[in-house]
Amino acid sequence: MVKKLIEKDTKMFLTGNEVLAYAANAAEADFMYGYPITPQNEIMHTWCKLLPKTEAGFLQTEDEISAGFSTIGGILAGKRAFTATAGPGNVIMQDAQSMAEMMRIPFVCAVMQRGGPSTATVIYAQQETRLTCFGGNGEGFRIVYSTAGHQDLYDYMIKAFNTAWTYKFPTYVLADGYQGKMREPVMLYDPKSRGIEMVPVTPYLLGEGEIGKDRKSVHLRNTYNMEEELMEVLDQYQEDYNKMAEEVAEYQEYKAEDAEILVIAHGIVARSAVTAIDELRAKGIKAGLFRPITIRPLAVKPLRAAVQRAKQILFTESANGQLAQMVLEKLYGLTTPYSTLYKMGVGVTGDDIVQKVEQMVKTPATV
Amino acid sequence: MTQILTLPPSLPNAQNAEVGASKFCPGCGHGMILKSLAFAIDDLNLKQKAVFGCDIGCSLLSWNYMDLDTVQTHHGRTTPVIYGLTRANHEAIGIAYMGDGGGLAIGSQHLVNATVRAERMLIIVANNTNYGMTGGQMSPTTMPGQRTETTPYGRDCEVTGRPAKGAEMVAAIADPNKSYVARASVSNLRKLRSTFKKALKNVEMGGFSFVEVLSLCPLNWRTNNVDTWGRLAQMEECFEVKEFLVREGLEG
Amino acid sequence: MARTKMVLAGEGGQGVQSVAKILVEAGYEAGKQVLYIPNFGVEQRGGVSIAFCQIADEKIGEPRFAKGDIVIMLSDRAIDRCDTYVDENAIVVYDTSVCTKKPECKCKKIIGIDANRIANEQLSARVFNIIILGVLIAATNVLEVSDIKNAMELALGKKFDAKPELRELNYKALEMGMNMIKDKVGA
Repeated sequence: MVKKLIEKDTKMFLTGNEVLAYAANAAEADFMYGYPITPQNEIMHTWCKLLPKTEAGFLQTEDEISAGFSTIGGILAGKRAFTATAGPGNVIMQDAQSMAEMMRIPFVCAVMQRGGPSTATVIYAQQETRLTCFGGNGEGFRIVYSTAGHQDLYDYMIKAFNTAWTYKFPTYVLADGYQGKMREPVMLYDPKSRGIEMVPVTPYLLGEGEIGKDRKSVHLRNTYNMEEELMEVLDQYQEDYNKMAEEVAEYQEYKAEDAEILVIAHGIVARSAVTAIDELRAKGIKAGLFRPITIRPLAVKPLRAAVQRAKQILFTESANGQLAQMVLEKLYGLTTPYSTLYKMGVGVTGDDIVQKVEQMVKTPATV
Repeated sequence: MTQILTLPPSLPNAQNAEVGASKFCPGCGHGMILKSLAFAIDDLNLKQKAVFGCDIGCSLLSWNYMDLDTVQTHHGRTTPVIYGLTRANHEAIGIAYMGDGGGLAIGSQHLVNATVRAERMLIIVANNTNYGMTGGQMSPTTMPGQRTETTPYGRDCEVTGRPAKGAEMVAAIADPNKSYVARASVSNLRKLRSTFKKALKNVEMGGFSFVEVLSLCPLNWRTNNVDTWGRLAQMEECFEVKEFLVREGLEG
Repeated sequence: MARTKMVLAGEGGQGVQSVAKILVEAGYEAGKQVLYIPNFGVEQRGGVSIAFCQIADEKIGEPRFAKGDIVIMLSDRAIDRCDTYVDENAIVVYDTSVCTKKPECKCKKIIGIDANRIANEQLSARVFNIIILGVLIAATNVLEVSDIKNAMELALGKKFDAKPELRELNYKALEMGMNMIKDKVGA
């Protein structure tokens, strides 16, 4: 059992990567497996620095392939294990992530997005949105929380463990290099003080009881012989996923109730949107925000309702519409026109959004 | 009235009796290797502590072969799953079972690093000098001149390099104070069993073990019984069968 | 004051990020809302190093802003790189003893200082960045000197304890930086 560091509410001034390490400890995570890649390194650094106090475990692996698979090994042993990665590391970790999907392993991973494709930049982007939701050779049986700052990082990292262990789908905290590297105040707390009980963890292998006496040996597999055999399994997964989505999907609205122009953004870009909306409102322009917090699964009903109320939509991302593609699919049948502000691998500022919305007021979107 | 007396096959306790007929091809070496391993596990009474991980390739068919807690992984990824587990559970005896492709090609970085870190586990590489499940392509251990689907005119070492020597490579980088490295063959199952026993003992002592086993693949080799064993004899000339590294204090 | 947006840019090794850390730490300790993003590239050393800092009374939204209220440029490359963060409301500060050229941007004011020369001649090359910190707090006027001194204590306290004269040296550098710009900003 790990030792928890935060017993009472503690306000700290930290980088996001530090926050994630503290959050994992608050969630009673036992073990981290990881491989260095910018901009997530300080999660590992902080985790390692805290080890003498937390008595948790850490393994620096030979690559992200191993980080992913050894995390699975730790989980099979019954540990609340996790990993973190970014960019090309996230790409090669998909191998393990798809195994976790297939075998319903409560894999928890923090993704600190950086520019892509390829090595690109080590700084920032929202270009791993699609990869994190739908990577691997499967159907995206995953849960992805997109955070917008340090309090989110703390809250949702704790939540990610419980979501993963409750529903047994791989669960992600999707952030980015800005959030990882930036420093802002955050309130750390013991989850218990917020009424959060950590979902108990149990081993998949070498659990209670003697083989041949109390129980049979466990045989976990990810290979099936027959097409129909596979479909039967996946149909059940889809049913479980749909049921889970009702309980897990989260979103945030900001002045969206009477918004004529509704900005749809996730993660840190949603924060720039809040800055912009305040400015636009001061100028008499009725702008509002719909921010999916779970970008997979999406909170479809409130999303459609907000879109239906608005006269125009603005999708803005530090990517070329990766979230928009997922959202548009859910808006089938609605006719609200939309415009886009995409900056691939570059931060979207409040000013960017203000200018774009002002332009939309003058020349409304037609698409 | 004639009464037919039948005896059940003598199975080691660590082998899963419920699995029924073997799913391996007739003449395949996997069954022999797994049975020898199961006997060694029985010998050391490790059934309740062992975790068996199987790779993708023909070795995936072993996913329910043993009466042990088992996980099937991805191609080349059994080693990290098992050391991930044994890092988190210090009681577990981790066994990673794979072929020469999983061990020496797609999973070679894990083999190298697990060796260097002396992960507390046993890695078994069943070497049959080709990729069996995918239809008999060249593997790292394909012998010079050997015909496979991707070397239909025989392996040309000028083009594709020389056969990979797994046990030699592992022995060269393993920690001599913590490791046991050997190559065995299905031509001597008694010896194979004692090799596994020694390897597992070393893991019990907190060490890292690697056993490469020369195995048979008559289907893809397109060999009859006589030629199959002839091929194995050739392999034993190419790949030396012996103990390469035995930590001090480890006895058979 | 709602929000002050600051950009500090220089060469790796000039101590830009250390100054930014002290600045935001001081803001945090003073109970302000603060947000700091270091720019970080593939080059861990030797590239242009930029710090984006915000200090505000209310919750800060956007982490990266388009234009700074004050943009400090401490090398030729920093001048080239940071033009984009300047608009007509910005104050630009550059170091005449490091830069071989003058920033050419449309802004409220361009102020040249010679912190590097003064650090070398009168104090120590090592406190060049603390002079810059002094310049920054005098130019923005959002934090008290005492806040900065407390934050310096957090960052450098151990060094100060080992060598008490360092504390004086740093205080002096801070003061010099503040004086350097006091008369130049207002008008």
